[in-house]
Amino acid sequence: MIIETKTSQAIQSNTPTIMTANNVDVFYGKKQAICNVSLNIPENQITALIGPSGCGKSTFLRCFNRMNDTINICRVSGEIKFSGQNIYDPKVDVVALRSRIGMVFQKANPFPKSIFENVAYGPRIHGLAESKDELESIVIRSLKRAGLYDEVSDRLSEPGTSLSGGQQQRLCIARAIAVDPQVILMDEPCSALDPIATAIIEDLMETMKKKYTIVIVTHSMQQAARVSQQTAFFHLGELVESGDTQAIFTNPIQERTQNYISGRIG
Amino acid sequence: MSENHIVASFDNDMSKLESLFQEMGDIVLVQLKDATRALRKEDRDLAKKVVKGDKQLNELERDLNDLAIKILALRQPFAIDLRYVLTTLKSAGHLERMGDLTRNMAQRTRTIAKAEAETGPIETLIRMSKLVQGMTETILEAYKSRDGELAKKVRAQDEKVDMAHNSLFRELVTYMMEDASNISACMHVLFIAKNIERMGDNIADIAKEIIYMTTGDWPEGKRAKSDKTSKIIFS
Ligand SMILES: Nc1ncnc2c1ncn2[C@@H]1O[C@H](COP(=O)(O)OP(=O)(O)OP(=O)(O)O)[C@@H](O)[C@H]1O
Ligand SMILES: [Mg+2]
Repeated sequence: MIIETKTSQAIQSNTPTIMTANNVDVFYGKKQAICNVSLNIPENQITALIGPSGCGKSTFLRCFNRMNDTINICRVSGEIKFSGQNIYDPKVDVVALRSRIGMVFQKANPFPKSIFENVAYGPRIHGLAESKDELESIVIRSLKRAGLYDEVSDRLSEPGTSLSGGQQQRLCIARAIAVDPQVILMDEPCSALDPIATAIIEDLMETMKKKYTIVIVTHSMQQAARVSQQTAFFHLGELVESGDTQAIFTNPIQERTQNYISGRIG
Repeated sequence: MSENHIVASFDNDMSKLESLFQEMGDIVLVQLKDATRALRKEDRDLAKKVVKGDKQLNELERDLNDLAIKILALRQPFAIDLRYVLTTLKSAGHLERMGDLTRNMAQRTRTIAKAEAETGPIETLIRMSKLVQGMTETILEAYKSRDGELAKKVRAQDEKVDMAHNSLFRELVTYMMEDASNISACMHVLFIAKNIERMGDNIADIAKEIIYMTTGDWPEGKRAKSDKTSKIIFS
């Protein structure tokens, strides 16, 4: 398999894989944005996707919950397996899929609704709560897991948009968590946050990975090095190298990786 | 790999770090040569110069430490850069210790010369010193050219130093047994030999660092060690 020749150091082979991408190609119209990428996502670990702007990180991330379906000219081929099933199989219920594989975006995007409603929305449309009480406990549990509850417990009916940027991002994490996903995809979740808010989210990710699998796109190499266990380096739509984060950041195999992470002109 | 960083001042810091290290290495080499010559000629002035010269090494090491810390804090280097900074930082510590050892050699030489004492046979000691001088030159070359293979060769050479140390130990003990009035000076020579032997160990450690720097892996297995003096007893 192709990834084997590119992997610098396989992530501990005893970690089970929750998602697998096999020979994935993505086109926007005629333009190819992702070329033949294969990558395993280890369960209950954090995988970081890094690479220069425009290399296809977001495009590849969006493949994992078929978010690319929403872009008209976008065409995905290849195979992405989640718990053994190809998620691009026409029989797959995309709405259900996205409740299993949630997403947090670069810009916190709370709905123009109360803090409570922002989190309650998902469980309600997916019918996860039988009663009002149950819904409330889901909301509180999710806010707690997102490390936000203590800061908002007395103002749950205030609009989500009244929170600070870092709090809004954690609200979006709570919203993603509320439908009890297995995988959470994050596209530059901290890029608009200050170092403290960033540290809070990184700390949160560390505790979240006990329960969830996280795939994060980040422009901060320090962040990738700090939070992830597996790192995948993309360049011009190709997966150049992937493997154990520590190995990638101390001793990458590929020259392109070396140049990128050490800030050299490639 | 591309030579240059996008941020040019990063390159400046890195080459400054490299030149500080080279400067330290050059001084250590001169110190060892001078300390050896001072002993051979029982030259108290030269010995004094060596003792004084150590201060410069300490200052350079401090500058190098400051710069390495600055690079780590401000540039947050990764990959080869990270390994390079760490290797240089740790190896500079070894050079500084080698400087201390030459200083101690010179102090003992002054004592011997002052007492006009009989040191006994020191050819083996001179040979040890020459070996370590050669290793120092080669390790500095390996650092400069980032040559892990060359570092491996140097690491293997340390065994020869250990062997020379063993035979010197025997020679001196025999000499002391022949005439008890030799003991005091011989003890100093023995310590000097031990200093040189430890310099060899420091170079072998630098070699290990350079192997890590160039490959990202620590050398496998223990290097051959032949210092047997801890097991030798005469009766
Ligand atoms: N909706 C779209 N329509 C057409 N082309 C697109 C679209 N989205 C992305 N692309 C193109 O696909 C390529 C990969 O884009 P993508 O957004 O995945 O990169 P990225 O690695 O996430 O970049 P960044 O770090 O800047 O977010 C780029 O050349 C981009 O122009
Ligand atoms: Mg992007």
